[in-house]
Amino acid sequence: MAVAERSVAEKADFKRELTEVVPHLRAFARGLCGRPDMADDLVQETMLKAWAAQERFEPGTSMRAWTFVILRNAYLTDMRRNRFRGDYDETVAEKVLTAPAGQEEPIHLSDMHRALLTLPPERREALLLVGAGGFSYEEAAQICGCAVGTIKSRVGRARATLNDMLAEGNIPQRSVDDDTAHRAILEELDDVASGKSESAKP
Amino acid sequence: MTSGKKPTLGKEDDQPSVSSGKQGQQPQWADGLKQLYDAVVDEPLPDSFKDLLSQLDDKSSDESSQN
Repeated sequence: MAVAERSVAEKADFKRELTEVVPHLRAFARGLCGRPDMADDLVQETMLKAWAAQERFEPGTSMRAWTFVILRNAYLTDMRRNRFRGDYDETVAEKVLTAPAGQEEPIHLSDMHRALLTLPPERREALLLVGAGGFSYEEAAQICGCAVGTIKSRVGRARATLNDMLAEGNIPQRSVDDDTAHRAILEELDDVASGKSESAKP
Repeated sequence: MTSGKKPTLGKEDDQPSVSSGKQGQQPQWADGLKQLYDAVVDEPLPDSFKDLLSQLDDKSSDESSQN
């Protein structure tokens, strides 16, 4: 369809805003797919897609939200093509997050990351958007193209799962590329991609 | 703002991005999520990204002439 060509100034604005969100795209992608190299590939893919689609960006709206939509769609597509296997990022620092009372081992940032990567993708992205990216539920719902209630429920479930893992010291080892888990993830992805997912469930 | 909603997540309509010191309702590890995210945001941008950004202007003319 015919979209108005952007002026040079508008393109410059777009580029500046796009540049500003790149670190956020990298952070979101890293949380989604774990491996930094793959995450960065995904971000570059996103930047190119965003640039090519810039006529569809409404100036004055959130560039971060707009590019996150592109990134998540690229991620879902790549996931289905089996490019990401939920590999664990070995470079996450073994930094102590918190040491719950009565637990022998403190929780490390790497534990957190590993636990995060075991979540089903739709819950992981919801938690990342709200709990890490600081988006409101409403914004996260728009990014994921689902109802606000769905996002709330996904975030709630994700938190509960992480809480079980982290508070109980029940953190999975680096076996997230385990076949069964992977198949489950892919099945969920099909649901996400086809737009049904949890919103259709009670 | 506080219209009879459950108080479990105190300020769900506000932007939680600006480090509000809200605690109590969040588990201890919740801050770790932000730490994971912010650690990447704060990383210096690899050169490959700067290269890509500087190539974008050329790309747009390619795209519009080819598409």
